[in-house]
Amino acid sequence: MVSMGERADIAEIWEILKDVKDPEVPVLTVVDLGVVRQIEWQGDTCLVTITPTYSGCPAMQVIETGIIERLQEAGIPSKVNTILSPAWTTDWITEDGRQKLEEYGIAPPQDEPDKSVLFAKQIVVPCPLCKSKNTKLVSQFGSTACKAHYQCKECLEPFDYFKCLR
Amino acid sequence: MTTNEALFEYTLRMADDTLILGQRLSEWCGHGPILEEDIALTNIALDLIGQSTALFEYASKIEKESLGGHRSADDLAFLRLEREYKNVLLVEQTNGDFGKTIVRQFLFDNFQYLHYTQLLESKDHQIAAIAEKSLKEVRYHLKHSSEWVIRLGDGTEESHRRVQESVDDLFRFIDELFYQDAVNQHLIQAGIIGDVNDFKDDFEKNVCAVIQEATLTLPERKWQLNGGRVGRHSEHMGFLLAEMQYMQRTYPGMEW
Repeated sequence: MVSMGERADIAEIWEILKDVKDPEVPVLTVVDLGVVRQIEWQGDTCLVTITPTYSGCPAMQVIETGIIERLQEAGIPSKVNTILSPAWTTDWITEDGRQKLEEYGIAPPQDEPDKSVLFAKQIVVPCPLCKSKNTKLVSQFGSTACKAHYQCKECLEPFDYFKCLR
Repeated sequence: MTTNEALFEYTLRMADDTLILGQRLSEWCGHGPILEEDIALTNIALDLIGQSTALFEYASKIEKESLGGHRSADDLAFLRLEREYKNVLLVEQTNGDFGKTIVRQFLFDNFQYLHYTQLLESKDHQIAAIAEKSLKEVRYHLKHSSEWVIRLGDGTEESHRRVQESVDDLFRFIDELFYQDAVNQHLIQAGIIGDVNDFKDDFEKNVCAVIQEATLTLPERKWQLNGGRVGRHSEHMGFLLAEMQYMQRTYPGMEW
């Protein structure tokens, strides 16, 4: 808890924001996800700059409110500013975040760049449950804007893949 | 025409394209031919409506700061009259069967992909930022619609016949995608946007490649329709707006 009128350390604020979860992937914090781009003091207000994952992602408003509420609890008055550029990429998901995704049963984004638009080769996405590479894409669009739908051909489980966005 | 007037109009056109197509696609919610496609089409609708939000917010900002207007992004999206919407005719066309929805999407995705790629170079930072953000999503949309055109075209006799009919039907809306008037000319001269004709060959090439792969035939381009950019719409537009606007018309100013 920071007493009123005293500016909290920026590093401390980054730590506090690790308590704010993505409402749709609740194992990830907004810091793991890489949507928090900058934290700075503007006078007595802490300005948190965030960037959306997808243009229409309904979680962004919840995230914005979550950040303001959590900082308020810590006695830090804040404002959230949303920027579009540089555009969010899955490369900004932290190493820790990737591991949490896999443990949660969501395959993390694969490193392979998938630049070609037409007639692209499909990438290999290992099953987050049995780790088999024998999986198939069911649909490029899954339960949320950021995920694709896969199925494992070994253990037969369907699973979500956090699709690569670059 | 001032640069801000042209920029407002241009932003509104893009906003309307994405809003109206998003509205159309969302009509598939709960009606998709298979669960995965129900989810895919509504995901794409969500991306498009998200893009339109960014565009309407920007248009509202231009109007408030430079043109003495006072409309919010929601006012622009929900409270204009039919003639004030500036989307191309393609996006307001009815969903038809799944094949027709896919062909409409395929033509729009191809255009949008090249258009946004060109806008990455825009001197207007917000337009460039919206293009940069959206392009990553459009890449997935284009992949999805292209794969389905191929799958349906090169599928059964019936799917081939039906998707060919949709191609024949929707090709009359292609030229309008490349419509340019004084608004575009003003912004091109100001160095804010590029000339859409610069990527028309790429558009044709990309469309042809998929049509061929899908074993479909390119229709002869006899006559082409336009009018959407100046607010003259097809009969379908009024019905779409009635559905989309009724809540705001019935309960003015309602929020949730």
